[in-house]
Amino acid sequence: MIITSKDFDKAIVMIIEEERLDAHNSNELKSQLMNQFEEGKSNIIIDLQHVRFIDSSGLGALVSGFKNAGSRDGSLKLCGLQKQVQSMFELTRLHRVFEIFPSEEEALASF
Amino acid sequence: MKNLLEVDIKVPNQTKYLRLIGQIGEDVAGALERFNDSDPEELAYHINLVLTEAMANAIKHANKNDPTKDVHISINLTDDLLSIRVFDQGQGFDISTAELQAPDPALDHGRGVFLIRSLMDSVTYNRCETGNVLEMRKSLLQHGGKKERGSGAES
Repeated sequence: MIITSKDFDKAIVMIIEEERLDAHNSNELKSQLMNQFEEGKSNIIIDLQHVRFIDSSGLGALVSGFKNAGSRDGSLKLCGLQKQVQSMFELTRLHRVFEIFPSEEEALASF
Repeated sequence: MKNLLEVDIKVPNQTKYLRLIGQIGEDVAGALERFNDSDPEELAYHINLVLTEAMANAIKHANKNDPTKDVHISINLTDDLLSIRVFDQGQGFDISTAELQAPDPALDHGRGVFLIRSLMDSVTYNRCETGNVLEMRKSLLQHGGKKERGSGAES
């Protein structure tokens, strides 16, 4: 899985450079998130602008990261959701769990 | 009931094939657009998703990630019904208790069958000769009658 990370003072932005976030690659996202937590970074923005398809495993990896960030007094926020991806968050009610922003800039400003 | 399209495919029990099967689902949705009022992009996504979820369940839970096993997928489209069957070669898993309601948002697993049930009209899971078959059906009829179809539908 290709993820581009950008370090900012307030948070780290992880851009998922994949069209699909599914049962094939979601464990890799989990482990890359774990690497960030182990380096002491717990304020994370996941940029999903390139992701046009997410399944329950992809959602699960994000929930896992969200819980891990929270347990380290940080937070995990999302930005750049495409329309169909957004609708999956609504169907599973996860849009009430995550803070979701249109853009990276707006997500960064929220920290 | 005219049989418009039938796709049978067998793939190794590996998650790297989820993308291929999902794409086939999107292509089938292209054939469905003529019958359904849904947003075509949304319909393509939904069919991709139910195939991805059902196949991932077969690979991980039924076939226990055994790379020597296969997953067999059969998609059948008639005038009024889309039927998708996913055959595994395992001991099966219990879907009866799972997920009629959206799962607890704090859980990081357990949304797959909920998503399938939300997007399809019926879901069954039964033993078959070679293992188990998960069958998902979606009616293509409008409420109260048959859908009106575009002129290209009969070609």
